[in-house]
Amino acid sequence: MKNLESKKRYVLPGDVITTAPLRLRANVTLEGKRILSTAIGLSDVSYDSVRVIPLSGIYLPKVDDLVIGMIKYIHGNSWFADINSCYEGMLLAKDVFGRGSNATLGEMKASLDKSDLILARIANSDRTREPLLSISGQNLGKIDSGELVKISPTKIPRLIGKHGSMIQTIESSTNATITIGQNGLIVVSSDETNGLLKALAAIRMVEEQAHLADLTDKVKKMLGLNGV
Amino acid sequence: MGGREANVVLLDENGIRSDGRKVNETRKVTIKTGVLKNADGSAYIEFGGNKILAGVFGPRDVHPKHMSNPDTGILRVRYHMEPFSVTERKKPAPSRREIEISKVIKEALEPAVMLEQFPRTAVDVFLEVLQADGGTRCAALDAASVALADAGIPMRDLVCACASGKAADTLILDVNNEEDQAGQADMPIGYMPNLGQITLLQLDGVLTPDEFKKCVEIGIDGCKQVYEIQKNSLREKYFSSGDNN
Repeated sequence: MKNLESKKRYVLPGDVITTAPLRLRANVTLEGKRILSTAIGLSDVSYDSVRVIPLSGIYLPKVDDLVIGMIKYIHGNSWFADINSCYEGMLLAKDVFGRGSNATLGEMKASLDKSDLILARIANSDRTREPLLSISGQNLGKIDSGELVKISPTKIPRLIGKHGSMIQTIESSTNATITIGQNGLIVVSSDETNGLLKALAAIRMVEEQAHLADLTDKVKKMLGLNGV
Repeated sequence: MGGREANVVLLDENGIRSDGRKVNETRKVTIKTGVLKNADGSAYIEFGGNKILAGVFGPRDVHPKHMSNPDTGILRVRYHMEPFSVTERKKPAPSRREIEISKVIKEALEPAVMLEQFPRTAVDVFLEVLQADGGTRCAALDAASVALADAGIPMRDLVCACASGKAADTLILDVNNEEDQAGQADMPIGYMPNLGQITLLQLDGVLTPDEFKKCVEIGIDGCKQVYEIQKNSLREKYFSSGDNN
């Protein structure tokens, strides 16, 4: 067992992280004067706040997150996509065809049909309704090719790495293009089979060892990169 | 429950119980986390002769839709005994007892889970008793709590449970099947150790007010022992090096 940083500690639900009066961030709760963890993960106490980086859990949509979704059905003027969450993503027809357009079902199907993959941004998300998706923006929209991989959404920050270091390492050494959705869905595309398989193996490795330190080095070693 | 057979020796002159335990000793407890691949969270517990599997799904869509709550997520628990879990075949349909235990386990877990973060969703807990040996509700609650944590459901605390009771005029910890049948009282307790709150308290039998207080204390001690095993099981899956799936 190795801690990532001295301030980071493995915690379980109910574990007391600190009794200091700090700001509560993710996955913690205040009981009296004690700050308790509400998830399995790593506690991260900074000078003014405290949070727990979870090691398990589902994806909860947050505004401006990039997600990969699979269209499940069309209802009324909207597509509904599976975004690997407890809620379905809703993509309005006006987002694709423009405001005021009255798209028919056929036109909607021609644009995006059932089981199509999309890269979308969460445009709006609140407690009262399904999260709203948007595909207007650079690189957003239908994903035409690639291998879809599903990992735990809690491991996504680890796969990206500090300032994108991990994902850049994998992409540059395998010549694969990796599109990451914050919701745990990833599309890997590459012209070379070898590169594709290597990238997939690297992603699996990150998922399995997300809680361990020196992961970038381990992935580099696995990918056969020198100078580690 | 509640049968009073006088000819069973529940406690000998040395204070040793029918299965060789001391009065304040629990049965052997082992918990394994993440045993089911298709469930979001799972656990398997062996609590003495009890063998119970717990699987958790969710948060997910609520069906039927009218059960959903726009303010919070809902928790649904199904406790079920397999037909082969007891010596004589049990009919697989849910019995009155199973429906009651499902309800008390649900209510014992509710103070711990923070489902207000997931409005309009449901978390389903399935508890399958593969082998029963007295105290299944406590063992099932222990497994359910670990499985919920494994599924990543936000929880204020783990819920641990253990029964205490009275047999042969002595207060005992972790009542087994024999003591449950022939003893004088059985008191299952669910407890959140970090918050110091009791989430389940039932009593079948007769205790004096003093005995009652003592019995609760003994039960909580047992819960704390189980809590350590729950923690170790979760740590083994999540924090040990190497494969964690």
